[in-house]
Amino acid sequence: MSSSAAGQQYQPKTSVGRITNFVDTRVGGSAIVKEFGRKIFPDHWTFMFGEVALYSFVILLLSGTFLTFFFDPSMAETHYDGSYVPLRGIEMSMAYASSLDISFDIRGGLFMRQVHHWSALLFVAAVSVHMLRVFFTGAFRRPRELNWVIGGVLLILAMAAGFTGYSLPDDLLSGNGLRIIDGVVKSIPVVGTYISFFLFGGEFPGTVIIPRLYVLHILLIPALILLLIGIHLFLVVVHKHTQFPGPGRTNDNVVGFPVGPVYAAKAGGFFFIVFGIIAAISAAFTINPIWNYGPYDPSPVSAGTQPDWYIGWVDGALRLMPGVLGNFPFEWNIPFPWGTNTLSLNVLLPALVPAGIVFMLLFAWPWIEAWVTKDRREKHLLDRPRNAPTRTGIGVAGVVFYCVMWAAASSDLIATHFMVSLNDVTYWLRALLFIGPVVGFIAARRIALALQRKDREIVLHGRETGRIVRLPHGEFIEVHEPVDEYKRYKLVSFDSPEVLSAQPDVNGHVPKTEKRRAWASRFFFEDRVAPVTPAELEQAHSHGHHGEVASEHDKAAISSH
Amino acid sequence: MADHSHGSPENAVTVAKPGQGGVQKFQDPGLPPHRPRLADTDPRAEKRAERQVGVLFLISIFGTLLFFFGYFFIPLDETIGTLRLQNLLLGLGTAFAMLGIGVGIVHWAKTLMPDHEVAEDRHEIRPEKDRADAEKIIGDILEESGIKRRPLIRNTLLGAGILAIFPAIAIFRDLGPLPGDVLRETMWDEGVRLTRDPSGTPIKASDVTIGSAFHVIPEGLNEAEHKLEEKAKAVVLLMRLNPESLNPSPGREDWGYEGIVAYSKICTHVGCPVALYEQQTHHLLCPCHQSTFDLTQECKVIFGPAARPLPQLPISVDEEGYLVATSDFQEPVGPSYWERG
Repeated sequence: MSSSAAGQQYQPKTSVGRITNFVDTRVGGSAIVKEFGRKIFPDHWTFMFGEVALYSFVILLLSGTFLTFFFDPSMAETHYDGSYVPLRGIEMSMAYASSLDISFDIRGGLFMRQVHHWSALLFVAAVSVHMLRVFFTGAFRRPRELNWVIGGVLLILAMAAGFTGYSLPDDLLSGNGLRIIDGVVKSIPVVGTYISFFLFGGEFPGTVIIPRLYVLHILLIPALILLLIGIHLFLVVVHKHTQFPGPGRTNDNVVGFPVGPVYAAKAGGFFFIVFGIIAAISAAFTINPIWNYGPYDPSPVSAGTQPDWYIGWVDGALRLMPGVLGNFPFEWNIPFPWGTNTLSLNVLLPALVPAGIVFMLLFAWPWIEAWVTKDRREKHLLDRPRNAPTRTGIGVAGVVFYCVMWAAASSDLIATHFMVSLNDVTYWLRALLFIGPVVGFIAARRIALALQRKDREIVLHGRETGRIVRLPHGEFIEVHEPVDEYKRYKLVSFDSPEVLSAQPDVNGHVPKTEKRRAWASRFFFEDRVAPVTPAELEQAHSHGHHGEVASEHDKAAISSH
Repeated sequence: MADHSHGSPENAVTVAKPGQGGVQKFQDPGLPPHRPRLADTDPRAEKRAERQVGVLFLISIFGTLLFFFGYFFIPLDETIGTLRLQNLLLGLGTAFAMLGIGVGIVHWAKTLMPDHEVAEDRHEIRPEKDRADAEKIIGDILEESGIKRRPLIRNTLLGAGILAIFPAIAIFRDLGPLPGDVLRETMWDEGVRLTRDPSGTPIKASDVTIGSAFHVIPEGLNEAEHKLEEKAKAVVLLMRLNPESLNPSPGREDWGYEGIVAYSKICTHVGCPVALYEQQTHHLLCPCHQSTFDLTQECKVIFGPAARPLPQLPISVDEEGYLVATSDFQEPVGPSYWERG
């Protein structure tokens, strides 16, 4: 490059220089700045969960990269001779030994392990809460259905990333987790045994599972997550963010702060806050102290052990399923012409059915709701959860269903902590798995409807001020203060779909599916609480009313206080 | 509240009927007026906020220094206490470093950067004309390729493409061997001594007192080539009960020895070790999913998700008084699988 004469155009000589030049003159930074520099993002505290998920994933990548420099994913036998005295001389795999070395002999290694584990727990939690936010506010509706599906896939990948990582240290706890996976895989009809043998490279535990999980954990799964996060965020930009309805906020605009400088500062600062909180937790709270568990050995097991929280619901489902119900066994030996085969429904059903139900409904929900309402318009305004009572009820039912299984994963700890019978805990949770979602649905829906009525109250009669006033003729009233027009608009400007009865098709027939849709529509909207209309407000004001100041005379009496 | 009947949605007047909506809507009052913050109006508040942000960034610097102190000045020795201390200092240092920056920037944004809300119009994701153009282009491409008009090309390509996927699946065949019958066999065989887990020392029948339990591995396991794989199938629990408490079924009367019985330790549910023995009730409990087996009923499942009894290992004593197996298990141990039969 030094040979190029002054005044001449820059002529790159190396391939790196050529690429740099190419990018610089062709991509054009100004277009990006113009597009994003002042882009508007609406502000609401519930919009932060997705950010938490993104940032904890970044922290996972950073801490995980550090760990890969020291971790040896080999199941070759070695004798430990590191700093941790109680395990010296014990036979163990290289994976476990190098995990111990990271903890005890690499400065900051334990801290990085803690950061990695805690941010993994936070990552799945943030993804889950983010999805709940999207569900309960209706942010999955057109045009965002596909982004919702991508979010669901990301949740599954997040759990897969967590589980594959959890197994890597090859300690007693994670080894037993793998053994459970092996047992579940073997219950798959026809191909289960083969999948197990291919996965473990022969009989459990074998010597290949850790390196294989390692490749999945540090290469395949994070690459998929990264790819999907990229698409997810790209679609957020394409759709622009949703916003809650309110004064000045319509379906056709976005109200909020510009990326530069406010939103960038807030979001960028928030990354450091998430990192700081994870660091503080990792400083103070031990997670996964693998040195206490010892190396994997198929014989011992510790009582009261728990999987990481996000696997709990599947483990809980395994615990809840009875192997034999009365005299009805869930393991069937089915005679075929070529011999008898075993179908282990006591393992297969709890492993597949609850997760199947949850994810099928999750993925299909945007289309289910669009089918019921026949409303396929673009929805950029969110619902407050109370303003969609049936959806809120169904969401709560799902949460209860999940949480009962989650609690079941700790059934033994519940029994020992509260000094109750383990069997009774299991029986109760079995019943709750079916009753709980129904009760949750009814309660949440009723609460949502009640809150909607409360909103109507406030719009029609104002806010209760707590001021008790005695009128000249002796009556005591509480003064209600009317809400201002901004607050009022917030309480009345929501979407309120109505029951849509069955519509005949072009031939005048009402098809069966349409009748079913009409039934679903009634189920969703027949208890609808309508938003207050201006006429109603007018009527409420013109009526003489307790709690409201009716006459000029009374008004004067109050204002003199 | 009873007097607020007008607010009740049950009241026919207030429930909007289909077709009634639309005309009766409140006017959007537009964005609420901007309320200036203290720092917008009071220069002293502005200065104060500026100082606060500066202090927060200084806290971050302090945190980084704390990290370096923990990293370089706490030498790791062999006690877990210094490790804990170092972890605490590194963690708190990082936490202060990050939180100082993060809280500082957010505080800066919230107090000193403009907080006027701005509205931006949404646009259609793509104009309808683009959609029509795209449809036409794709149609033209398909037309020019002729794939619709030439079924021979289409069908052979389809066939070739589908077939070409299979090598990508088949190439994974060597991930592992075929199961064969290995799940039916364990190291146990006639005459194999029962030894203690993990030491491998043999057990005399006289060592096993009533009420005691032993974790057992077959003799020679510790020297076996595939030690963990063999152990994953062969571990056994050995217990001695009052012989009257045992109720062996016909054909299994001689599988124990004077009240000493041996059962597979691998749960028939999903394979956890059934490690808990309740001496008083003679129950075996799996700590993973709480399957409970009753020793007095040949380890029948009395609670939990397991569906099959634990397999029993037939045992006896050799001439030196050591416990030995009289054969392998009579059925596969551990979780069920399709070929188990």
